[in-house]
Amino acid sequence: MAIEVRIPTILRSHTGGAKTVQGSGDTLGTLIDDLDSQHSGLKGRLVNDGALHRFVNVYVNDEDVRFTGSLDTAVKDGDSVTILPAVAGGAPTLPAVAGGALTLPAVAGGALTLPTVAGG
Amino acid sequence: MVGTLPSVLTIDRSTYNAIVAHARRDHPDEACGVVAGPAGTDRPERFIPMLNAARSPTFYEFESADLLKLYREMDERDEEPVVIYHSHTATEAYPSRTDIAYAGEPGAHYVLVSTRDAVDTEFRSFRIVDGSVSEEPVIVTDVAVSA
Repeated sequence: MAIEVRIPTILRSHTGGAKTVQGSGDTLGTLIDDLDSQHSGLKGRLVNDGALHRFVNVYVNDEDVRFTGSLDTAVKDGDSVTILPAVAGGAPTLPAVAGGALTLPAVAGGALTLPTVAGG
Repeated sequence: MVGTLPSVLTIDRSTYNAIVAHARRDHPDEACGVVAGPAGTDRPERFIPMLNAARSPTFYEFESADLLKLYREMDERDEEPVVIYHSHTATEAYPSRTDIAYAGEPGAHYVLVSTRDAVDTEFRSFRIVDGSVSEEPVIVTDVAVSA
């Protein structure tokens, strides 16, 4: 028995292309450590500063671990873990546009001139 | 592998219109969704509008349980997210730094729609791979409609 983990497309370069891998652990954190020992680099794509990366969603038996203790979520043999890329994004907010305008002109939109207008 | 993908989005008129209509409907909040297609075909065939869990004019996010359901369903049908779309409602249809940071499907066409103009809708498509953005042409095909 082991824990089956579903790997998203973007992370399959770490698993030799495998869509699902197996690992073991008592918590999601130790499971990820075990996976990383088999598939080097995987942990760095999932964990940042001791917390789950905000760009991924992780589910243990269909429960989003953000609501069950994140890396401390208990896991056991027979569980099924799914990792998915979060699908999110959005327009530049006004402060971000103002701050990034000099280096990222391509990001600038109609809102870019607003702070200038307000200031002038 | 990414280099072998066609650098053009070919999409049929009704799906194109459905994406634009969704963006207009949710304006001024951002709208988002997916067009799934059979794995490996690069054909956007099944239009799936998603709920923007953020309900925000500057951010969008697929709701967590919806995301899991969507991927499970695509898996069962042997589909991929061929197009991932969302709208910008006050700025141009170009990926923001947040969009680039989150882009987690290197095989997908990232479609950006801008509804900042009340009449004209910008509709542009991009590849976002490892943090780099490349725009690609969009070809809209007219599907014959039988009476």
